Amino acid sequence: MRSTGDFEPLDIRQILQFVHQHIAHRRGSRPVAQRQQHGLYRVFRPHQQGRDRPVIIVVDPTAQALTPRCGLCPDPEGHALNPPHHPRLPCNFPRHVAFLSVVCAARPAKPPAATYRATLTVAAFRIISARMTKLSHIRNFSIVAHIDHGKSTLADRLIQSTNTVSAREMKEQLLDAMDIERERGITIKANTVRIEYKAEDGETYILNLIDTPGHVDFAYEVSRSMRAVEGSLLVVDATQGVEAQTLANVYTAIDADHEIVPVLNKIDLPAAEPERICEQIEDVIGIDASDACLISAKTGIGIPSVLEAIVKRLPPPHEGDPDKPLKAMLVDSKYDPYLGVVVIVRVIDGVLKKGQRIKMMRTGGTYDIDRIGVYRPAMQEVKELGPGEIGYITAQIKQVRDTRVGDTITTEKKGCETALPGFKPSIPVVFCGLFPVDAADFEDMRDAIEKLALNDASFTSEMETSAALGFGFRCGFLGLLHLEVIRDRLEREYNIDLITTAPSVIYRIYMRDGSEIELHNPADMPDPSTIDHIEEPRIKATILVPDEYLGDVLKLCQDRRGIQLDLTYAGSRAMVVYDLPLNEVVFDFYDRLKSVTKGYASFDYQMLGYREDNLVKMQILVNDEPVDALSTMVHRDRAEMRGRAMCEKLKDLIPRHMFKIPIQAAIGGKVIARETLAALRKDVTAKCYGGDATRKKKLLEKQKAGKKKMRQFGKVDIPQEAFISALKMDG
Amino acid sequence: MPMRSENSSRLALTEDWQHGGFGLYIHWPFCAAKCPYCDFNSHVSRQIDQDRWARAYLSEIERVGALTKGRVLNTVFFGGGTPSLMSPDTVHAILDRVRRVWPMANDPEITLEANPGSVDTANFEAYAQAGVNRVSMGIQALNDTDLRRLGRIHSVADARAAFDIARKQFDRVSFDLIYARQDQSLSAWEAELRAALSMAVDHLSLYQLTVENGTAFGDRFLAGGLRGLPDDDLSADMYQLTQDVCGEHDMFAYEVSNHARAGAESRHNRIYWQYGDYAGIGPGAHGRLTINGQKLATVGWSMPDKWISTAERGDGTKDSTALSALDQAQEYLLLGLRISEGIDLDRLTTFGRTYVDDNKIDELVSLGMVTRRGNRLAATSRGRLVLNAVIEELMPLE
Repeated sequence: MRSTGDFEPLDIRQILQFVHQHIAHRRGSRPVAQRQQHGLYRVFRPHQQGRDRPVIIVVDPTAQALTPRCGLCPDPEGHALNPPHHPRLPCNFPRHVAFLSVVCAARPAKPPAATYRATLTVAAFRIISARMTKLSHIRNFSIVAHIDHGKSTLADRLIQSTNTVSAREMKEQLLDAMDIERERGITIKANTVRIEYKAEDGETYILNLIDTPGHVDFAYEVSRSMRAVEGSLLVVDATQGVEAQTLANVYTAIDADHEIVPVLNKIDLPAAEPERICEQIEDVIGIDASDACLISAKTGIGIPSVLEAIVKRLPPPHEGDPDKPLKAMLVDSKYDPYLGVVVIVRVIDGVLKKGQRIKMMRTGGTYDIDRIGVYRPAMQEVKELGPGEIGYITAQIKQVRDTRVGDTITTEKKGCETALPGFKPSIPVVFCGLFPVDAADFEDMRDAIEKLALNDASFTSEMETSAALGFGFRCGFLGLLHLEVIRDRLEREYNIDLITTAPSVIYRIYMRDGSEIELHNPADMPDPSTIDHIEEPRIKATILVPDEYLGDVLKLCQDRRGIQLDLTYAGSRAMVVYDLPLNEVVFDFYDRLKSVTKGYASFDYQMLGYREDNLVKMQILVNDEPVDALSTMVHRDRAEMRGRAMCEKLKDLIPRHMFKIPIQAAIGGKVIARETLAALRKDVTAKCYGGDATRKKKLLEKQKAGKKKMRQFGKVDIPQEAFISALKMDG
Repeated sequence: MPMRSENSSRLALTEDWQHGGFGLYIHWPFCAAKCPYCDFNSHVSRQIDQDRWARAYLSEIERVGALTKGRVLNTVFFGGGTPSLMSPDTVHAILDRVRRVWPMANDPEITLEANPGSVDTANFEAYAQAGVNRVSMGIQALNDTDLRRLGRIHSVADARAAFDIARKQFDRVSFDLIYARQDQSLSAWEAELRAALSMAVDHLSLYQLTVENGTAFGDRFLAGGLRGLPDDDLSADMYQLTQDVCGEHDMFAYEVSNHARAGAESRHNRIYWQYGDYAGIGPGAHGRLTINGQKLATVGWSMPDKWISTAERGDGTKDSTALSALDQAQEYLLLGLRISEGIDLDRLTTFGRTYVDDNKIDELVSLGMVTRRGNRLAATSRGRLVLNAVIEELMPLE
């Protein structure tokens, strides 16, 4: 028997017993051979994007010196697993399970003699491997769900049913801290909570839930949060089924090698169809849903089964050595007015201790840890955080900007050598101009933007001057939701009325002279005669929609210059995949999609890259004056249509004046669409006598003050909302 | 009373209000029924103690008289509510007291608003004897169907009969019509207007129906009811037609909604539009009074019970606010531009500082919305149709 390092060698009978108890009886674990003394287990991996290969684990108690064998190689006997070489599969077995022999085949021709087979999941394998360690009593997990499918309610219930908070402290949506998060029911920042749970097996487990942002805008943040945990609860509304957003996040979870426990919520509703939704989960996502937890987070039905499933079915942390140099992942961070920046971390190796001098490997910053703790969900200080644990640290960090999501935290001295893979700085993809309605607010706005930028590394801003709108900022965002959140916060928390100009993406402009420009603002477009060609960003959009709305969705995508990539059905729902220009999506695509499908479609996207197209800058002239804030980049073939639509929209949005107003769309000097806003014909108060003066005066004063909220272009007042609304397309 | 000592009439004026004169408005808050479009301070009450109300009015007249001692009173106006439901004795007592308190102009205009019902007309003779020399009748429509839709409790026949009686009793008779009603066509309005002009009337108030919030019509409108109201284009056409047809009869619009033969204009209402001083007595009545050089905006308690009890205790005023120079400039502008002669720009500047931007005026002149002759700025007929927008452009703000 080879050395097993710090661990006691496992008795194979224990393993077999464990397999019998926990794995072999699981539905979906199909023993493929008679049970014998030796074990050959087929590791079932959720089939995902062409990676559905079984791994066979042979447990041979009679072997004297067995070698772990790789699960991916065509050789039915596998090859030696030393050194580990398939990072996506559990080839890098911990030392203490070295006596497990792993052989594999995608399709083994013949099972090796003198073995028996059962299905063993990766997770279960890890449960075995971690059983002897302290890690075995930790479960880190996230919840994947579509908006309104009950993620926050389930989180609340888990917290509540384990008495993590007292009933008195309980309020709805414990984890969503920001007003905007509560109001919109979305999560913007990752949150974490540590729950202690006494399981049916009598042991107490530590469950760390990371509540991840769910929106596509924050896809990178989601992927980091997912990397910090080992399993996910997939919450699906039993009356609604799987949505595109769920799909994207569940694939992120699968990419992060998560074991996934399906949870059907709202089973108490009459419209719940658990069987159909389970089938859908299996069809669409490709994971086994036969043992899904059936719950109602609202009423509390089934919550104990979820807690048991977390302990029994989710794997414990599978790596981690407290003696190695510190290696921890920066999951997210937020600003606290009293503590400074609070960083959520997941420890991989080593131990985080108070007073340690730590270093951020990507940004290079060094800090002294002054607090370590866990969220329950209120902050509670602890002495240290070891491998597998999730918690927070504070270290006199001034700006959230200094803490990049996905960064690796180590000690300044004797730190780890390699940083965690997968880090990328978040880059804004959507840009727009933000201008104060009242020019006097500019300084306040500058302060507010600086404050927001300090706490949001993905939000960029630079000063911009517009002929029409005066001083303002050109701001970059991760997506439209991010834009709205920042705009809402500026307006609400800092009380600044804003004009938002048309959102734009980054165009790459290749000049005749060979140089290349990144265009963030259509107003900055160089003279077209100097341009060789223009490239625009494209996305891959995935839309799930009930089939009765399919036609409308295809038309919408087609109208937005989409190229169909795929169309498949799962039951009565279609999954449509389109290659779309991002600029056709950033604006009102999602609103339009919701409206043509009565809210039944769900949508998600990922970036595909840049592609050349025939793009031009379209200007809008109101009363013969160009309004730079309404300039947009459009495809040449669609310019007339867009121009006409914008002129028509503006005709409705601009109030009638005492004179008629021409509204034109033009490319270069050429007018491509024109509307005329007729002059105001009648606006007079019929009766005005001695008693009416006070009231009428107030009314007119109010109206006039209201006009101050409009912007004057030449002699024309344009209301703020026109800058955004004019771009929305109804068809 | 300021003394007229200088030769120039302009210099003789020491207080701004004298440009408009001084009038008294008496508000009678009761009606037999509330009309669905009406947003005036009117109440339906079964029991009205006329003597008690008369005493309250008299006491208020004394109070205001003391504040404006020596001023010549140009006009009295009984408005409401339905003042033709006041007992002639009450009217008589009030006018007697008014004559004792203020010196009256040589030819005072004393108007009473009347509804064309038989109860109302029965008192016409007595009102005339009390001193009322002008009535303004709420005829509203010359079409029985529309009268019912407007919630009026009289018929066209009642209206014509009442008009004939009024014509005999009073020197001057005016009546109101409401147009731009539900489902009213341009030609139907023309016929109705011509019928009105064929009556021996020297003054007409022609109002486009305005749906006010807080009225029964307002509620119906908000609930999606009250369909068939003309759109802006049709109501503009109706307004233009009104100007043309009245013009044919020499009944020019001396104000946005008021037409009269030369000399038959309502002198009392002109005090408002010329921004003179007026005392407002009665529930919810507004006043503008210059006291010790400061123009005050006054308003009485609007609930009749509250007003009468406070009046009995010595003062029915709910609120009296000093108007700033800016307030006065704004009010003068928005009232003064309603009448054909417009406003006096010099007078506007006397409120404190130059309030109106010359560039704005030039712009409006070039758009054909206003005319400027010397110091007078007036809305053109085009400008009058969009007067709110014109005033808004010119309106000085803080």
